[in-house]
Amino acid sequence: MVENRPGLTALAHAVLIAGVLLVAFPIYVTFVASTLTLEEIMSVPMPLLPGDQLVVNYSQVLKAGTTGGSQASVALMLFNSTVMALGIAFGKIAISIIASFAIVYFRFPLRNFFFWMIFVTLMLPVEVRIIPTFKVVSDLGILNSYVGLTLPLIASATATFLFRQFFLTVPEELAEAARIDGAGPMRFFLDVLLPLSKTSIAALFVIQFIYGWNQYLWPLLVTGDESMYTVVIGIKRMITGGDAANEWHLVMATAMLALLPPALVVILMQKWFVKGLVETEK
Amino acid sequence: MLIRTLAAFLLCSASAHAQTEIQWWHSMGGALGERVNELAGKFNAGQKDYKLVPVYKGQYPESMTAAIAAFRAGNAPHILQVFEVGTATMMAAKGAIVPVAKVMADAKEPFDPKAYLPTVAGYYTDLKGNMLSFPFNSSSALFYTNDDVLKKAGIAAPKTWKELVAAGEKLKASGQQCVYTTAWPSWVHIENFSAWHNVPIGTKQNGMGGFDTQFTINSPLHVRHVAMLGDMAKKGLFTYAGRTNQGDAKFTSGECPFFTGSASAQAAIKKSAKFQWTAHFLPYHDDVKGAPQNSIIGGASLWVMGGKKPVDYKGVAKFFAFLSQPEVQMDFHTSTGYVPITLAAYEMTRKSGFYEKNPGAEITIRELTNKTPTANSKGLRFGNFVQGREVIEEEMEAVFAGRKEAKAALDDAVKRGNEILRKFEATARN
Amino acid sequence: MEKRVVFRSAWLPYALLAPQIAVTIVFFFLPATQAAWYSFQLQDAFGLSTQFVGLQNFEALFASPQYLQSFRTTAIFSILVAGCGIAISLLLATMADRVLRGALAYKTLLIWPYAVAPAVAGVLWAFMFAPSIGIVTYFLRRFGVDWNWIIHGDQAMLLIVVASVWKQISYNFLFFLAGLQSIPRSLIEAAAIDGAGPARRFWTIVFPLLSPTTFFLLVVNIVYAFFDTFGVIDATTQGGPATDTQILVYKVYYDGVKAADLGGSSAQSVILMFIVIVLTALQFRFVEKKVQY
Repeated sequence: MVENRPGLTALAHAVLIAGVLLVAFPIYVTFVASTLTLEEIMSVPMPLLPGDQLVVNYSQVLKAGTTGGSQASVALMLFNSTVMALGIAFGKIAISIIASFAIVYFRFPLRNFFFWMIFVTLMLPVEVRIIPTFKVVSDLGILNSYVGLTLPLIASATATFLFRQFFLTVPEELAEAARIDGAGPMRFFLDVLLPLSKTSIAALFVIQFIYGWNQYLWPLLVTGDESMYTVVIGIKRMITGGDAANEWHLVMATAMLALLPPALVVILMQKWFVKGLVETEK
Repeated sequence: MLIRTLAAFLLCSASAHAQTEIQWWHSMGGALGERVNELAGKFNAGQKDYKLVPVYKGQYPESMTAAIAAFRAGNAPHILQVFEVGTATMMAAKGAIVPVAKVMADAKEPFDPKAYLPTVAGYYTDLKGNMLSFPFNSSSALFYTNDDVLKKAGIAAPKTWKELVAAGEKLKASGQQCVYTTAWPSWVHIENFSAWHNVPIGTKQNGMGGFDTQFTINSPLHVRHVAMLGDMAKKGLFTYAGRTNQGDAKFTSGECPFFTGSASAQAAIKKSAKFQWTAHFLPYHDDVKGAPQNSIIGGASLWVMGGKKPVDYKGVAKFFAFLSQPEVQMDFHTSTGYVPITLAAYEMTRKSGFYEKNPGAEITIRELTNKTPTANSKGLRFGNFVQGREVIEEEMEAVFAGRKEAKAALDDAVKRGNEILRKFEATARN
Repeated sequence: MEKRVVFRSAWLPYALLAPQIAVTIVFFFLPATQAAWYSFQLQDAFGLSTQFVGLQNFEALFASPQYLQSFRTTAIFSILVAGCGIAISLLLATMADRVLRGALAYKTLLIWPYAVAPAVAGVLWAFMFAPSIGIVTYFLRRFGVDWNWIIHGDQAMLLIVVASVWKQISYNFLFFLAGLQSIPRSLIEAAAIDGAGPARRFWTIVFPLLSPTTFFLLVVNIVYAFFDTFGVIDATTQGGPATDTQILVYKVYYDGVKAADLGGSSAQSVILMFIVIVLTALQFRFVEKKVQY
């Protein structure tokens, strides 16, 4: 800050507080709705203070979803989302870091070709190839399975690039020292590179966990059985017909459960999250 | 990663069958799903050779997509519940499906097409009289009134559209916010509307006579009706709720006293409505000759998928024979609100006095059998009609929002609808 | 940039690359070529009859007013989402850069919507804007606004724009804040000494220096509006009313999955691929410098 202008500073605080309220308002309404009964929500306008149905609503959805529409247990959905998010995060990190290691630390024929092949995938988000990808997954027989949910999403150029960026900044001396010591490439990778990459891995893990947890189109296509729903698409499937027939109190409770884990990850691992975001784009 | 994949594969392929398993993919969620499970349970308990396994696969479009994908991958279910608009698509998929008549004949199960209600069976029968799919849950469109609101305003339940508009204006003047709403706009106001007034939806007997059918829903009567709805929307007499059954809730909550929707809405209304209500025949235009004719069905039927072993088909045939039993039909009909599919079941229910206690249950059947069906009111069979219906509804929405005139909208609906039909014809002829 | 010290092995690099390349080929290239192949065919839903029809699917698309309308809808939607998202986040970031106390608290409170899935964001906003029971609807009605997004296309568009922007604010905010904090203080101080007020300083110094960030966010937000908002739309308007919120990617899904029109949907996929390639090329050509080969 350059000069002392209390007026401007007060204005800044006001704007920021307004921003925070605007951002938080929908979540507050959702939380309140998840603690009311359906009748209270249907009586317009709905009360803006939390009700007393918190335990009732949450235990209902966790056990058996809604009573009228989808009856899949949200607890199972949360489990599926966790498996999917963790699978994608770990899978992506694992195959990207070794691919990146190969690209950066080796010289071999076709190296450029493979690099460009990975790069091109940036231009093919799943939305432009949904039907054929669905067919491939169907042909492989992995529809409605954890494998089908996670495998197609673990090849990513951004993770590979992040690691490549990082590896390029690792001092040459370390590799040289390893070579002099007679250590092979894998020894170098495991003993030197991997420990150094811890922060990048943590950052990437946060981003990829959120990415995996929030997947929508892909799980929508690939899962038909209720037992394989993730919590994000489970919500959509609870909204069966018309805004008066939905059991909004249960839908909102599910929404809260759907956004809590990634939100917690963001807030608790804020440092890694910010680093991850900024690093993967710059 | 590789090991995980391998393990998953191995676990999946290790399964042993004692009985022949019959997979049945359906879209009946919630309470209806429980009925389905009960049916399967009863069937399984009554014999030992086959095990019927019902699987809920999401709503109709999703389960159809899943089945198509499964078929392409070689592992389709045995029985698939497909909604009525998918009939033409399923019919044209020779090789992907096996007609029910053939399944029953091959398995030597007794099967008499005449035992089934003509309006219901006719929808799923080809012109030669062979039943292609098995009618399962059929409903029709009804007109519901909130009798408490009507009594308070001193209005009788309207029978014609003219009366409805007049009653609506009176209610609006007395402060009623929402007057009339509907579910399934195209099914009610174009398809059922045409049958109810004995006018065609498309040439060639509404598509049943050939793939080269064309839509005729821009006739002066259709235009007049949709224009009337658009006018009602402008005056606040008609509140549009959406393309599926979103309108149900507006009636059940008491928000709108007049409502046209599926007969299957009764279950929810019975459970949640806190007012007196009645189900009636659909309103009609009394200056149209021949109206009211009869309504057409909505709902779904069961298709048998191809590529299975003969022993599997025997099991499917046995299940269909089980479903046709009057007791089973009566039970399903009385607990769900769908119509019974056999005349015997209808008789049995009538004799049991069920209709005296529940007058709303019979009205659907009476509406479907109001008069002998004509070429215009046996049903419809348009290819890719999922897309077709959406096109019609898109154009109707433009009219309701006041953005388009009814004639222009319906002309466009016919033009775009015909394009879809021609595309289907090209693929079906191969 | 290249490494000077490298390893040599006949087989190891291939083995290390194998998983990524395998998944890329099976789940990216194979389907992409299949999409291109399908786009030249006319087939029935079950794939029992297929015929090669050349460019017919593409011709039909460009002759269809609905498809062209879809372009227009997508363009309007992306401009609104990118524009509002950037404007609001820039304001918040500038203010956050200004205050010393509570900066970390504000930052924490503003970044967590990033964790919310677009589909969930859609559901939350649809709930608040629900025609019958929404809390915001209630207040709008009090002010005389007839709110029913099921029938009014522009209201439906407003709903999905609001839900999409709300989710993106945190992302844009973080980048703007990082960008603001990397502007040398000396520049600002020099201008202040010269007598320039805060507003003047912002527009003549800060904003121009932020332009790489702004441009980068513009491209990212447009790509977000094109693709990631699928969840928002599917969970709320599903492309309706009429086709007022049917953006390109939603039409691909709808035609391919709901209407089983594989040829048309694949043709649209191919066109979308071209658009993505252009956008990504733009992003890398003007913004990123990491592709060095």
